[in-house]
Amino acid sequence: MANEEVSSSRRNLLIATGVVGAMGVVGASVPFISSFQPSARAKTAGAPVDVDISKIDNEPGMRMIVQWRGKPVWIFKRTKEQLAALPSLDNRLRDPKSDNPDQTPAFAKNEARTIVGKENIAVIVGVCTHLGCSPSFVPEMLPQVYDSEWKGGFYCPCHQSRFDLAGRVFQGVPAPSNLEIPPYHFVDENKIIVGVPPKGAA
Amino acid sequence: MNKIDKAVAGLTGWFNERAPGFMPAYKKHMSEYYAPKNFNFFYYFGSLALLVLVNQIVTGIFLTMHFKPSAAEAFASVEYIMRDVPGGSIIRYMHSTGASLFFITVYFHMFRGLIYGSYQKPRELVWVLGVLIFLVLMAEAFMGYVLPWGQMSYWGAQVIINLFGAVPVIGPELTEWIRGDYLVSDATINRFFALHVIALPLVILLLVVLHLGALHEVGSNNPEGVDIKKVKNPETGKYADGIPFHPYYTVKDLFGAGFFLTIAAFIIFFVPTVGGLFLEHDNFVPANPLVTPLHIKPVWYFTPYYAMLRAIPDKLFGVMVMGGATLILFALPWLDRSPVKSIRYRSTFSKIMIALFTVSFLVLMWLGMQAGSTTQTWVARALTAFYFGFFIFMPWWSRIGETKPVPDRVTMHD
Repeated sequence: MANEEVSSSRRNLLIATGVVGAMGVVGASVPFISSFQPSARAKTAGAPVDVDISKIDNEPGMRMIVQWRGKPVWIFKRTKEQLAALPSLDNRLRDPKSDNPDQTPAFAKNEARTIVGKENIAVIVGVCTHLGCSPSFVPEMLPQVYDSEWKGGFYCPCHQSRFDLAGRVFQGVPAPSNLEIPPYHFVDENKIIVGVPPKGAA
Repeated sequence: MNKIDKAVAGLTGWFNERAPGFMPAYKKHMSEYYAPKNFNFFYYFGSLALLVLVNQIVTGIFLTMHFKPSAAEAFASVEYIMRDVPGGSIIRYMHSTGASLFFITVYFHMFRGLIYGSYQKPRELVWVLGVLIFLVLMAEAFMGYVLPWGQMSYWGAQVIINLFGAVPVIGPELTEWIRGDYLVSDATINRFFALHVIALPLVILLLVVLHLGALHEVGSNNPEGVDIKKVKNPETGKYADGIPFHPYYTVKDLFGAGFFLTIAAFIIFFVPTVGGLFLEHDNFVPANPLVTPLHIKPVWYFTPYYAMLRAIPDKLFGVMVMGGATLILFALPWLDRSPVKSIRYRSTFSKIMIALFTVSFLVLMWLGMQAGSTTQTWVARALTAFYFGFFIFMPWWSRIGETKPVPDRVTMHD
């Protein structure tokens, strides 16, 4: 028994046992880690939403908020003056042309960030791209404490991120990107489906 | 020897035979743990933090008997505790006030370590374990604040979880994994409840045991920053400047606890929300996933870090600054190159730096509660830079200037 030398074969057996044991621990942790993922029930709760917009009024300040995949989606009309002011903001924005496809689907890659021909009705996911608060609607084209040349838009109360009325982010704020445009299309004049993109669009 | 003495001796002997390690452990940590005799006011906060921890565990257990950890029922169940459960409002306010008092005691405790150099060799491990407790405590407090499912609970959870979205590549999936849904929802409150009531408290308890164990290996520092183990009383053979923790400091700490509990009782009975500071007004409104409150801010103890996050106009960098501000505390023992421990013997320049750091931390705390004007943002940026500069340049500034000679023994201030 009193063998002073280290038996390399037994040492190797120890290492092999240790490795197998560690693999077992990794394998055993899989169900626990995956149990944190969204459940099947949560995944099925993401169906498209029908929205009747016949009651939307053409006055600044009117805004509908519907829930799609649990997130607030804003639907509001923009006046001609508000739309006309959008290009004047381009040099103060981070991504004026909405080049990032993560927030802007191809059908909405334009100045108003809407379906072409329906520029006056904006449909935007109302979740700040910084840390997920829902920004406040400040449609009035009046000077604000945070911006003396305010042309209407959204102001996030959490960390002062600012967006214009097309949901485009201003420079010098914590939010990294424009607000997200959901896939949506018009069924008729007064009905929008949020969650399904227009036909022929990606 | 009368009958009772005999019975006691017999029982003690019976016990010692079967568990011979208990008596030595009691001696090591209590009756023969020699603590410096010159502890001052700041040395109350360690034992007070322990007292608050006990309060949180006891009140927490009773709250779980009535609370419903679901998005549909949580808010109403907290109101039920407040209105219908006999004694419920007191227990709930003990718990919510306890959370703030926990941070008050811990911040004082850390400040004590900072001014008396308690983190310096050989107590680096004590400090590191303490910072770990601080980090877990922040997670614990955050998850606890989510449970009442008010507006601030909901949007606070939304913001804090989305901080992880700044992680490159896996960010969005990581936030989904934490929430267990595509938004903060029933799955989120359910798992936060599990983490808040069992997982993190177990971790905190373990870390507290390790923190105290590590402390009792090296012994306590003191306001003079001198090593009391250098000088022994030639007659008794005990440390000349040390006194046994029990009974001397147990009695002192009991006095501190009495004083502290009086203040706590006043808050619990008369100003449980402390004007929106301990419990924010918006949290008395049920969570609404579609509307963010106009002025969202965390509870006061997170506001210094929140002010830093808000001041940085970049998501990833902002999150890194916020995380870095807490993680940099780990490095403190190795950043300080001052030849003396206590602020009493440090150079004037070091004293000024520590004073400025304390002030800037408090101003950041205040800024984090404000709405955030342009001026305030710039002040927050300057103070954030100073916060980091304080640590990063500490190896240099801590050596500047002349220190005073440190005495061999503690000097009593009668």
